[in-house]
This record gives sequence, C-alpha cells and structure tokens, in this order.
Amino acid sequence: MAQEKKGFSHDLIERNTLLLIVLTLITVSIGGLVQIVPLFTIESTIEKVDGVRPYSPLEVAGQSIYIREGCYNCHSQQIRPFRDEVERYGHYSLAAESMYDHPFQWGSKRTGPDLARVGGKYSNDWQVAHLVNPRAVVPESIMPGYAWMKDRPLNYGDISDVLKTLRVVGVPYTDDQIKNAKADLEAQKNPDGDTAALMKRYPKAVVANFTGNKTVTEMDALVAYLQVLGTMVDFTKYQSPKQLQQ
Amino acid sequence: MTSATLTSGATLGSQRVSEDVRYYEDAIRLFVIAATFWGVVGFLAGTFIALQLAFPALNLGLEWTSFGRLRPVHTSAVIFAFGGNVLFATSLYSVQRTCRQFLFGGEGLTKFIFWNYNIFIVLAALSYVLGYTQGKEYAEPEWILDLYLTVIWVLYAIQFAGTVMTRRESHIYVANWFFLAFILTVAILHLGNNMNVPVSWTGMKSYPFVSGVQSAMVQWWYGHNAVGFFLTAGFLGIMYYFVPKRAERPVYSYRLSIVHFWTLIFLYIWAGPHHLHYTSLPDWAQTLGMTFSVMLWMPSWGGMINGIMTLSGAWDKLRTDPVLRFLVSSVAFYGMSTFEGPLMSVKPVNALSHYTDWTVGHVHSGALGWVAFISFGALYFLVPVLWKRSQLYSLRLVSYHFWTATVGIVLYITAMWVSGIMQGLMWRAYDNLGFLQYSFVETVAAMHPFYVIRAMGGVLFVIGALIMVYNLWRTAKGDVRIEKPYASTPHKAAVGAA
Repeated sequence: MAQEKKGFSHDLIERNTLLLIVLTLITVSIGGLVQIVPLFTIESTIEKVDGVRPYSPLEVAGQSIYIREGCYNCHSQQIRPFRDEVERYGHYSLAAESMYDHPFQWGSKRTGPDLARVGGKYSNDWQVAHLVNPRAVVPESIMPGYAWMKDRPLNYGDISDVLKTLRVVGVPYTDDQIKNAKADLEAQKNPDGDTAALMKRYPKAVVANFTGNKTVTEMDALVAYLQVLGTMVDFTKYQSPKQLQQ
Repeated sequence: MTSATLTSGATLGSQRVSEDVRYYEDAIRLFVIAATFWGVVGFLAGTFIALQLAFPALNLGLEWTSFGRLRPVHTSAVIFAFGGNVLFATSLYSVQRTCRQFLFGGEGLTKFIFWNYNIFIVLAALSYVLGYTQGKEYAEPEWILDLYLTVIWVLYAIQFAGTVMTRRESHIYVANWFFLAFILTVAILHLGNNMNVPVSWTGMKSYPFVSGVQSAMVQWWYGHNAVGFFLTAGFLGIMYYFVPKRAERPVYSYRLSIVHFWTLIFLYIWAGPHHLHYTSLPDWAQTLGMTFSVMLWMPSWGGMINGIMTLSGAWDKLRTDPVLRFLVSSVAFYGMSTFEGPLMSVKPVNALSHYTDWTVGHVHSGALGWVAFISFGALYFLVPVLWKRSQLYSLRLVSYHFWTATVGIVLYITAMWVSGIMQGLMWRAYDNLGFLQYSFVETVAAMHPFYVIRAMGGVLFVIGALIMVYNLWRTAKGDVRIEKPYASTPHKAAVGAA
C-alpha cells in the first residue's frame, strides 16, 4: 500500500464499498446529465418549420416494418450539411423532420444510400420492384430481397392502439385521427376512393395501390412510408439559412 | 512506481477461503462453457453476415435470414452473450479471491443468474430473427425482455457488491472498482435507454418516450458507453486481475490505477455525441462529445501503460507463455483502438469516416483485438484452474490460435480501413465539370473485394476460436499433448556480456 501522508487519502474509498459506489454513480452521471437534459429544455434544439406532421396510419405501419427488418443497419436518414451530400440527397436534415420518430432513424452506416429524402425520388412501381429484387433494377446492389413481403397481409387490427401509444409518448395525434386510424389506413391504399378526409388529416400522404394487391400488404405500408420521407417540409419557403437557424 | 500495488496480493494466489473450504466454482465453470460456446456462435454469425455483404444471394430470400435481422444477432451474441458470460465468469471468479470471501447470496444465486441470463440471450436472438426489435443498435430487445434483463442484472449487482461489502480484506482491489463501475453504469444505461411504452401488455411492440434528436442523443449516450463500460471498464477489471496473475508481477503503478479509474469513468460518459457529428444534434453537444473523446485518449493510454508495464521484469514470459501473449496483445490492441477512436471523433476526420466501413473496422480492432483477446487469455487461464488440471492441453495450440486470430484481425481491419476511406473519398469526389463523380452504387460495387477480404479475416478468427474450443475441451478432460515445450532462451546480449 502506498502510504499517504496527510489530508485526503484514496485509501478511504478503497475501504468503504458504499462510498466507492456513491462516488462512482456521481462521476458517471455528470456527463450524461449535462448533454441530455438541455436537449429537452433549450427551445432552439428543434427548429420551427412548417409541414412536419405525424405519420399517417399506413406510414406508421410502414415505419414499424422498416424497424422490424433492421433497415437502419444499412441506411441512414440524416443528411449532413456538406456540398456532396446536399447534391446527392437534398437539403441537409433538420431536427424537426425526425421529431415524430420514436425512436430516431438517423442510422450510423451507409452500406446503402441515405433515405432521409427518398420520398418521391422513385416511382411506387420502382420501389416495389426494387424491394422484391434489388438486383433486378440495380445490378450492383447488395441489398437483401423482400419478395415475401409483397403479398403478406398487413396486420393492422391494433393501428388505433398504436396511434394512442404514440400520443402517450408525445406525438400530437388528435382524437379524430385516432378514431379514423383504420379507415385512413385503408383509404391511403385506395386511389379510387374518397381520400379528402385522409389528405386533410395527413397532407402530402402518397395515396396508391402500391403493390396492386386487393388487401393491404406489408410492402404497401413500407412503400407509403418511404415515399413520404423528407417530403414534408417545403424548402422553397426557406431561402436563407437564417430562417432555419436553430 | 512499482511499489506494493496489490492490496490483496497475499490472497491472489490462494484457492481457499480457509483451510478446508474452496471457493464457489461450479457456476463459474458454467459461465466459462457458455462464453466459449457463444463466442463461436457470435463469430460465425459475424462471418456469415460479412459474406452476405460480399455475396447478397446469401440472404437466401427468407425473412429470418436477411442481413437486417441477423446483424443484431451477431452483435448481441458477441457483446452480450460472449462478452457477458466472460465478464460474469471472470468477475465472479476474481471477486472471491480478491475479497477472500464466498459469493454473497450463495452459489444458487450465481446459477440462477447464469441460467436466466443465457435464457435471456436465446430469447433475444430468437426475437430479432422473428422481427421483434426496438430498432436501436445494441439495445434491440423489446420491453418485456428488457424487464427480464433488469431483474437479472440487479441480482448480479447484489451478488457482486454484496461480496465486496462482506470481504475479509481491508481494501477493495482495483479490479473490483472497475467491475463495480461496469455493473452500476450498465444498469443506468440500460434503464435510461429503454424507457418505452408498450402498445399492449400482451404484445412485443413498444415506443420509446423520446424521439428524434433527443432519442439520438440518449441512444448514443447508451451505445458509446456500452462500449465504455461493458466492453472497456468490465474488461479492464479482467486486465487488472488476470495480467498480474499470469505475469506473476504486481500491477505497474498503484497511483496510475487510481487516476486511470476515475478519469476513465468520468470522461467516457461524455463521448457519445461523436456518433452524431454534423447531424441535427446541436453543435454545442457535438463539440462537447469531440472534446471529451480526445481527452479520453489520456486515461485510455494510462490504463494501457499500467497493463503492459505490469510485465516489467517478466517480458521473457511472452516468449514462453502464449496465454500471456494473448493478454498483453489485447492491451496493445486496446491502446491502438483508443488512439484511433479519439482521432475519428475529431469532426473533420469524422466527416470522412462516418457512415463508412472505417467505423466498422475501428469497432472490430477493439472488439476482436482487445475484448476477444483478453477474453481468450482469461479463458485459457481459467479452464485449467477450474477443472483442476495442472496445465493446458497444449500451449502450442494456444500459439496457433494466437497467430491465426491475429492474421484474421489484420485482414479485417486493413480491409475496412481501405474500403472505408475509399468509400468516404468516393462519395465526396467531383469530376472536372463539377459534378459528383460517382453514383452511390458505384461506391458499393467498389467495396466488393474488401468485403471478401474482411470475410476471410472472419473465417480465420473463427478457425482460431475452434482451435481454442478443442484445446479447452481436451484440457477439461485432463489430457496433455505431447509437444516440444517453449524453452526460455537466455537473452543474447546477456549471454554475450557473460
């Protein structure tokens, strides 16, 4: 034992388990508190922009499938403010654009391209063909195929419960949206039906029979989700970066 | 500096609490077996998904076998199944000896922890394959499994801390500081990152309270410190017990271990935002993350120096003891990846490295070189002791394992350096006319040869692990291989001088 002379000695901590535990807990708590707590209190953390809305029921179901299949393992949804990224993918990502993502889908790896603004970039048919067999449309692709997903009926019996749960964690779904969740989900798949109420509740939602199936399938939901990504904010309204400043 | 450092040095060597009672070892043996098994499973899963990236047909077109569902199986198998069982085995083995005390709560509690933790692992892996996931890296298990793990972890914390509290040694040995910090912090991280609301009490699906930018920060506070505390602090506990034991030398510096411990656990927690450079996370948080990541280099190397210099006066053993070679090389790899980490956390470097394979290579130089190597060293140390054998079946096989695995790691990380930096440069390349030079898919195609080399590195690592399994199995059986022993050759200069 190194002999300490006077004053404080680390010896004290080495003899007292509770003291060691308490000091350790304090030491490891500081950094996390300093970095996390202000993100909830500083107002400028999330910019105020128009257009970002909660996902439609079909898009929510699609996001669940996106998460279930682990798409985030290979695709980011976060465009950095670099010239090449902005040219390749579009306007850099804003915090506001993912404020209804529980959890965030920013990803950490681009084995495949960024998807933050993939919405509208390709046709519905392309998306379906690509998901069924990526190499049929992009020969060099190394993405897994999801042919099995195309005709599998979407399980959406609990869709209003899903929206209710999301409201509990902070997504501002209205009673109206929750009540009509099932109808809205089916309406988004049916371009021949009356979609006025759906479009009012969820502007810019892409309505289509994505896979051509009679029933709503998992791939319908996934493509509906992909097609709305990055399309909610109208960036022509924000000409100068000042207007977007945090 | 080398002054008396092992507070409980006298007890490190003893196998008994008192003359007629042995420490609890049955449950430790179970953890050792599980660690070995999960190691092979995890390395195989990793090699398989590496091959999927080189040859996408291996996704098999089935929903259960796609890369997206198997990657969490790989990461959970190596981190939580292999790494976790190694940590349980080593911490519960060494805490008895450094405290000269039985495990608090009895061996029945240890076995309860063992079975439930491993059932948790199996359920988690099955749930990913079947499509149940929270969708957060290294925190994929859904809410019900998270609750299950919480119960197991609390029991582990009680058993470990209880043993330390009831110790018969006056001082708490440095390895136990690290194990305690690992157990406590992982508990905080696990709870903090899994605050979810289930859609229904009978279903698996749940949604986290936090979203978007806050969700990102909480996730990487968790994710980076899963590395910092599960894969670093815990394994440093292994280093502080097993390196001195195997080298039969005291820890290099007592003061350095104090500085190492407090600075490491204080600084690590701040480093999370370096996973979120140039994202929508506010700049102040990114800058804090970068600054603390760079500072983290110092305690990391302090720890590395403390581990490696413990061999002072015993360097010759590296020639004759391949088990010690595993332990010491792991610390060297630790030094390498804890230099690379701060480098990559610097924003302009990160601008190039982020989203590329460079990150994957960095993780694996730490995971294979540091975590797996120190685990192999500890397993080679533990099996003869726990099965009451005088020696390993074969030291030559340990050496073959060492070199096979080392070549595997070198192939892996060099392939990922090249592919990562190359892809990062290709993404930002412009042609003479001012257009982006490469389409995204061209950069994917350019990765192919490196994905093949990386997978070959993985294959070598698996082969090495299988050599270990064979060696440990024969050791447990009590066999001894007839082989030329490693002779300790006198130092040439010394011979010349004489």
